[in-house]
Amino acid sequence: MSDVNTAMVQKYRNDFLKEVEENVEEGHWVKMCMQCGVCSGSCPFGPHWDHPPQEIFMMIRAGKRDEVLTTESMWMCTSCYNCIVRCPRELPITHIMHGLANYAHRLGIAPKMNPTRRFAGIFWNNIAKTGRVNELALSLKLYFMDGFMSGIKKGLAMMSVGIGMIKTKRLNPFALISHKGVKNPKELHVLLKKAREIEDRRKGIAS
Amino acid sequence: MTDMVATNETILVVGGGISGLTAALEAAECGKNVVLVEKNPSVGGRVAQLYKYFPKLCRPSCGQEINLRRLKANKRIRLLTMAEVRNVSGTAGDYDVSITIRPRYVNDNCTACGACAQAVTTEIDDPFNYNMKKIKAAYLPYNMAYPQRYVIDPSIVGSEEASKAKAACAYDAIDLEMQEQTIAIKAGAVIWATGWRPYDAAKIQPYGYDRYPNVITSVEFERMMDPFGPTGGKILRPFDGNEAKNIAFIQCAGSRDRNHLTHCSRICCMASLKQSTYIGEQYSGDADARATIYYIDIRAIDRFEDFYRKVQADEKVHFIKSKVANITENRESGDVVLHGVDTEGYHRYDNTHDLCVLAIGMEPSVRADQIAANVSADVSGFMQMDAANGAIYGAGCATNALDVNRAVQSATAAALRAIQVVNRVSSAEA
Ligand SMILES: Cc1cc2nc3c(=O)[nH]c(=O)nc-3n(C[C@H](O)[C@H](O)[C@H](O)COP(=O)(O)OP(=O)(O)OC[C@H]3O[C@@H](n4cnc5c(N)ncnc54)[C@H](O)[C@@H]3O)c2cc1C
Ligand code: SF4
Ligand code: SF4
Repeated sequence: MSDVNTAMVQKYRNDFLKEVEENVEEGHWVKMCMQCGVCSGSCPFGPHWDHPPQEIFMMIRAGKRDEVLTTESMWMCTSCYNCIVRCPRELPITHIMHGLANYAHRLGIAPKMNPTRRFAGIFWNNIAKTGRVNELALSLKLYFMDGFMSGIKKGLAMMSVGIGMIKTKRLNPFALISHKGVKNPKELHVLLKKAREIEDRRKGIAS
Repeated sequence: MTDMVATNETILVVGGGISGLTAALEAAECGKNVVLVEKNPSVGGRVAQLYKYFPKLCRPSCGQEINLRRLKANKRIRLLTMAEVRNVSGTAGDYDVSITIRPRYVNDNCTACGACAQAVTTEIDDPFNYNMKKIKAAYLPYNMAYPQRYVIDPSIVGSEEASKAKAACAYDAIDLEMQEQTIAIKAGAVIWATGWRPYDAAKIQPYGYDRYPNVITSVEFERMMDPFGPTGGKILRPFDGNEAKNIAFIQCAGSRDRNHLTHCSRICCMASLKQSTYIGEQYSGDADARATIYYIDIRAIDRFEDFYRKVQADEKVHFIKSKVANITENRESGDVVLHGVDTEGYHRYDNTHDLCVLAIGMEPSVRADQIAANVSADVSGFMQMDAANGAIYGAGCATNALDVNRAVQSATAAALRAIQVVNRVSSAEA
């Protein structure tokens, strides 16, 4: 367990709802849920969740901290916004799901091998480096995420798509050596660092 | 009718549903002069469109009959039908009101013999049956309509059809020269009893009321049960006219929802519980017949809890604690499939039903803030008690979603308040 996580457990003890309200984006909405079920029924990925959003909200209120923060459920959210549109209480469910996922990640207890979490990391590192997504590097990283053999397999399976993209100039085949980022990536890095500081301060995380 | 005398000692009652009728009768039976203004061609309001009343499951027509007798017997009430209040201005004890009266094209010679309807072939939608049925363009709104006087629909006036109707009438009751008129009257107090209307179900996009014939509203379901209704008292699927036996009810359709009506319409839980008993009544002994009620929580207001228990014990009625997420349709069979997740265990379901009834929310038929300056409305537009309202008093569903019992109580209260105002006016003038 990470230090931040231990600190949070000690700070909030049994009051997980309060912890969520104070640390998770849009977390203060959780108490507004009236358990109608519309969000869960509206989620196109619903059948694949261990705990649909409605249940997550109930689990938060029931103080099931470990179960909530370590589940893969909220990582399933694809931001389709169906639930937000239909929720009779106008809870920003999508945002709460991302908030929970992000919080679990920050605490270091999010499921390590969750593909969404890993992809998000790869994507961020990729774009933050030069200010523009290097699509070739991103695809390669993604394909080879689970090892060399599986990477080759995925690459072969996607080959025709890749060639099509190169032909229509949607993908630069030389991007590994000649990727064009923003004019001054150093400035970008300074900017991002500052933004991270501000956000961490807002979320009460000492950096 | 234009020569109507009304003074500051007159009480104006707007809306001739059960609440307006009650208020008008209570005030008139206390000796006050009353002008009763009703928008429709006949009084009775939404209650006349119900098949049975909860909690006793009796027919509303018997209560209506008593009220109509009281109305006919009372000379102090001037009834204006097809009339709407345009403007109210003034202060307590001294209001000026303008009222617009649409032409009925039939005068009080009418004996309701129906010869005009026989002569006419043009058909129009029947609003009494929520447009589920067609009626002749010369019509009596419904069997018990009061006044018992036919109406010529304006759409045929000026045509051959209207002349046919006029020629068929043996009592010289049809007057095609009638014009819309606006009259001005005085009133000391106003009782506002314009009631409610069903929320527009088509706005609840995921339920497909506008797309799937077998998704209907509770008010339409109520009309189906009436032997004189659009289906002759049978529960028939609009898709194919077959009997519907496996029927779903969706609670809070448009209510308790920040995308629609924020308030709890309070009556719809009881209405669905009541309507689920219709299924037992219609298909007694038929093992296939069943009602499934999808709910967030059942709100059987105060002493109706025992009614809820009785329905829970009925083996034909099933309860699923879940707000349905959306409905799809089987294009071939017309069956509707309800999708959602229940709250008791978070089980995903995709349930097929013959027919789906939306327990539709109730909204005020006129928003209170549109009545007159200073009249106070809540967020949903229902009239709120407020000293700033002066002597404009709300009654019945104009003030909130109420059942008949509570609507009548609030009407009596409004009548008492109005009586006190006109009494003050009389003593000041004496
Ligand atoms: C599906 C359903 C089932 C129900 N079943 C029951 C039941 O079993 N038992 C029960 O107790 N209650 C029941 N109710 C509730 C019941 O319908 C109401 O309590 C009742 O209609 C209230 O009467 P009201 O006079 O206040 O309003 P309304 O019945 O709406 O009457 C209002 C009158 O005002 C008129 N009006 C409207 N606007 C104007 C205007 N601008 N100018 C002049 N006149 C106007 C209308 O034409 C109407 O005649 C049910 C409701 C629903 C939705
Ligand atoms: S739709 Fe909204 S109110 Fe209903 S269960 Fe989901 S979050 Fe709660
Ligand atoms: S009465 Fe029942 S169905 Fe109607 S809004 Fe309230 S809870 Fe929903």
